[in-house]
Amino acid sequence: MSIIAAKDLRVQYGDREILHGINFEIEPMETIVILGGSGSGKSTLLRTLVGLEKPTSGSVWVRGTNLSQASQAELDEVRKKIGLSFQGGALIGSMTVGENVALPLREHTNLNESTIDVMVRIKLQQVGLSKFQHFMPSQLSGGMKKRAALARATAMDPEILFCDEPSAGLDPITAAGLDALILDLKKALAVTIVVVTHEMASAFLIADRVIVLDGGHIVVMGSIEELKQCTHPRIQQLLNRVPDSDAGDVDYEQLFQ
Amino acid sequence: MASLQDRIAAPFAGIGTAVEKGLAYLGGLTQLLGRAFVHAFTSPLKRSLGFQRACHQAMIIGVQAIPVVSFITFFIGIIMALQGAYELKRFGAIQLVADTVAISITRELGPLVTAIVVIGRSGSAFAAEIGTMKVTEELDALETMALHPIAFLVTPKLLAMLVMMPCLTIWADFMGVLGGSVFGVIGAEYTFSSYFIATRDALFMRDIITGLVKSIVFGLVITGVGCQEGFTTGAGSEQVGRSTTAAVVTSIFLIVVVDLVFTAIFYVTGGA
Repeated sequence: MSIIAAKDLRVQYGDREILHGINFEIEPMETIVILGGSGSGKSTLLRTLVGLEKPTSGSVWVRGTNLSQASQAELDEVRKKIGLSFQGGALIGSMTVGENVALPLREHTNLNESTIDVMVRIKLQQVGLSKFQHFMPSQLSGGMKKRAALARATAMDPEILFCDEPSAGLDPITAAGLDALILDLKKALAVTIVVVTHEMASAFLIADRVIVLDGGHIVVMGSIEELKQCTHPRIQQLLNRVPDSDAGDVDYEQLFQ
Repeated sequence: MASLQDRIAAPFAGIGTAVEKGLAYLGGLTQLLGRAFVHAFTSPLKRSLGFQRACHQAMIIGVQAIPVVSFITFFIGIIMALQGAYELKRFGAIQLVADTVAISITRELGPLVTAIVVIGRSGSAFAAEIGTMKVTEELDALETMALHPIAFLVTPKLLAMLVMMPCLTIWADFMGVLGGSVFGVIGAEYTFSSYFIATRDALFMRDIITGLVKSIVFGLVITGVGCQEGFTTGAGSEQVGRSTTAAVVTSIFLIVVVDLVFTAIFYVTGGA
């Protein structure tokens, strides 16, 4: 049975439809990478999968719960079983890194403070930030914030881990480090991982399957090998980093006249 | 070109739109405060941690505001005494300066000045804090951790405000009277002790209570507006600045309106 399913999922902002009838299923323990260019709808899809956006029509099922029809209590139960690492980290700025990681544990478990402290150290050690427990988020670099966000997302030992653009805006070495970290977490925690990215190299390294979005439609869904063999022009563009035909096609003379 | 009929109707349409927006804003404010109240009793979050957050907020809203509230109300007490004495002297009734200061401070200026200081310190901070959290996706992060932003952020602020506003107002009343007494001793032949006895004799319990009732409602308005502006912040850091300004301006406007309404109610019901 699938752990995540989208059925004819449509999402609209105002009059503009972003996702046009998306269908897919994700099996437990799979690592899925949702690929796509800017404006393809991948971040909207991720937000809908965690219940931050409501579908205009269709449904999203996570752990057997239809998120669009779930009560707040049901939604909370689902959210306690998932972790989301945001693109910019989204660490609570008024709390230290350790307090950020401890936050869901303090609120949702009855563990005592010393046990929570041990768990926080373990989680921070997993992401290589054990020395930064008492640092404020503002004192961390971009890559460290993403690592800390991963530590917080895994604090409750989630069944599903969502990562929004884990390597965006990072240098290649730090980005590769984060990919390796996601692979380590996959082995250590045995979780279903859903990663949204536009980095092909990242997808090739961590994905069991990829879903490629373009203009709110799924273009390809399959393994990395299937993706490489796909002859769809949009996929070839993504694989070979070819710009859109109208990109750079600016008539400067006319513009300045 | 617009017809005459359209030109006549345009100002009324504008008034209608403004009233509609105003009512929608007040509706949103009431809904936010109502949900924050409900979460105070039925929060899915841990009660002990909520209490800790409320105490932390009480320190920021109340305790840290004591110095500035003290200075301002002390000086306003002196100013009120000076202004009162200017007129009372003409009638040979300068001894009534203690009564004038006591009544104007406890019924009006104590709660109002306290509210304005709290708006400047805390109302703006609520909007900036929540607005920044929205822009940096921290509110979304709270939601995905099953931590309701209203229960997590608004409820502790509301509880702290409801406790600290009356406390600060009582302190402001005392400092205002103390300020008045400085003039009383220097310019109106009072001693400190006789000034405070005159103040005690001039005041009725209802004078202090009406001020405290106002301060509680001011607290509701400041929390509601500050948090509402934060939650409705648009995208980008510029919008955080806009929300903070809007929180201050709207709060000051609303507390003056609330002040007018309550003063009128107390007058009509004989509390004035």
